[in-house]
Amino acid sequence: MTSIQSSGLATSARPRESVDPALDSRLRGNERKMTARRFLLRHPGIVRLGVVILLLVLWEIAARTFVDPMFISPPSRVFTSLGTVLGTDGVPNALRLTFFELAVAFAIAVVIGLALGLAIGLQPFARRSFMPIVLLVYGMPQITILPLFILAFGIGPASKIAFGVTHGVFPIVVTVVAGVQNLKPILLTSARSMGASRWQILRWVIFPHMIPSFFAGMRLGMSGVLLGVLLAELYVSTAGIGHFTTMFTETFEPTKLFGLIAMLAAMAIVLNEIVRRAENHFSRWR
Amino acid sequence: MARRPDSAQRLASRAVQIAFLAGVFVLWYCATNFWGVNHLLLPNPVAVFDQLVDVLKSGEYLPDLRVTATEFATAFVLATTTGMVVGFFVSLSRYWVRVFEPLFAGIYSIPIILFLPLYVLFFGLGPASKIGLGTTIAFFPIVLSTIAGFSNVDRTLVKAARSMGASNYQLFRYVLVPAALPVILTGLRMGFTVALLSILGSETIASLAGLGHHIVQLAEAMEMSRMFAYIVFVVAIATLLNVTVSYFEARGRRLG
Repeated sequence: MTSIQSSGLATSARPRESVDPALDSRLRGNERKMTARRFLLRHPGIVRLGVVILLLVLWEIAARTFVDPMFISPPSRVFTSLGTVLGTDGVPNALRLTFFELAVAFAIAVVIGLALGLAIGLQPFARRSFMPIVLLVYGMPQITILPLFILAFGIGPASKIAFGVTHGVFPIVVTVVAGVQNLKPILLTSARSMGASRWQILRWVIFPHMIPSFFAGMRLGMSGVLLGVLLAELYVSTAGIGHFTTMFTETFEPTKLFGLIAMLAAMAIVLNEIVRRAENHFSRWR
Repeated sequence: MARRPDSAQRLASRAVQIAFLAGVFVLWYCATNFWGVNHLLLPNPVAVFDQLVDVLKSGEYLPDLRVTATEFATAFVLATTTGMVVGFFVSLSRYWVRVFEPLFAGIYSIPIILFLPLYVLFFGLGPASKIGLGTTIAFFPIVLSTIAGFSNVDRTLVKAARSMGASNYQLFRYVLVPAALPVILTGLRMGFTVALLSILGSETIASLAGLGHHIVQLAEAMEMSRMFAYIVFVVAIATLLNVTVSYFEARGRRLG
């Protein structure tokens, strides 16, 4: 707002005959400042980047000057040491294993969630009966039963996958049910009155309407799966990421710990972004 | 969908719900008593119930409950204050909303539980690391909803109040807060839930005391029926808290 007003002032000042050259140059300087200001106003992303860089610089200064190097390590050193972290024996395998656990857990969660969601959502009676139970179980803190998963599935990848699945399934079920529920009854009625079979209704009416909420559910399911798998990894792990985070914490190697966590965060961001892009892409037809 | 379910149908779905829960219990009972499922995996429901009664009677849960409750209350209060203050000041200018909102939303999409090892490294195994993690995790939904709540207030309402001569305080108290409250309350409820989850989670993973820690201890001692009793206890507390918060959220919405 202010930028438009002030730039309007500047343009109205320009065509005037220059009386005082000093004033003139000052006005022009003002104008340049205004355009820089306007540029920043138009691109908040650059200021955002600036804020992030400022935080990194503060962290760098803090780590180099007054914080104990046992606990924190400057971002520049973390960045340059990413190679050595990857070179540590077993870390590439651990990353691969964690990625594998995430992928398998996500695939299983999507299949089960979609099947359960359709089974519950398509029948009004089933929805009224089972949705409260699903919501009740979804609201429980699943972390309390993590030790049971370890007992049942061992400390290998199976328990992480299982824990990821139980975290990912519920949001998918809930959103799929909501998606089916939001279907306008008139569409079903008109399809039926035009003589569509059950399969045709499912394929041409319900399915396209479900796509946006299905992908929204996939996004929520992905964050659930990430949470579940990472929790289980951090709790107990023999070869995955959790093993190395514990090791680096216990041996006070903050550089490697920061590097590893940065890599995992990057993995999580990429996975989230893929699902989010898919959601945007497939819900565009509405 | 359009027509309301009549009472017979409602009764039928209640019956199905009860039958489902009863079926789960019967299956559990039969599996442990007759089909020989290992008691280390799944203890007998009767034994679990006995243990639960014992735990409640002896009051041995009190120290752990106190630790967890203190951690949780501190984390939630910290997250609420910082989240609402930061959110309010960011929402004052549309420009800062555009700068900061994507930043917070981006960080929010990272599973912050990843940073637990860092918190343990900084704050140790005691309550401080749980409070730190819980505060961080609950901060983001609260700050995002505060920004969304305040920045989406209808401009006409603000202009109307201003032109009728409302002071800053009056504008804040009678226009901005009531308009933003429903969205903020949703964020507070989400923050509440994730703070509770992250504190129980970090207690489970690495801690010295607390309910999550106690469950792990019992698991490691293979005292399965007592551990199940504790799980039931914690789940009951969490459900109770969630129901209470949802109730207050609904009430606050109506007041707003």
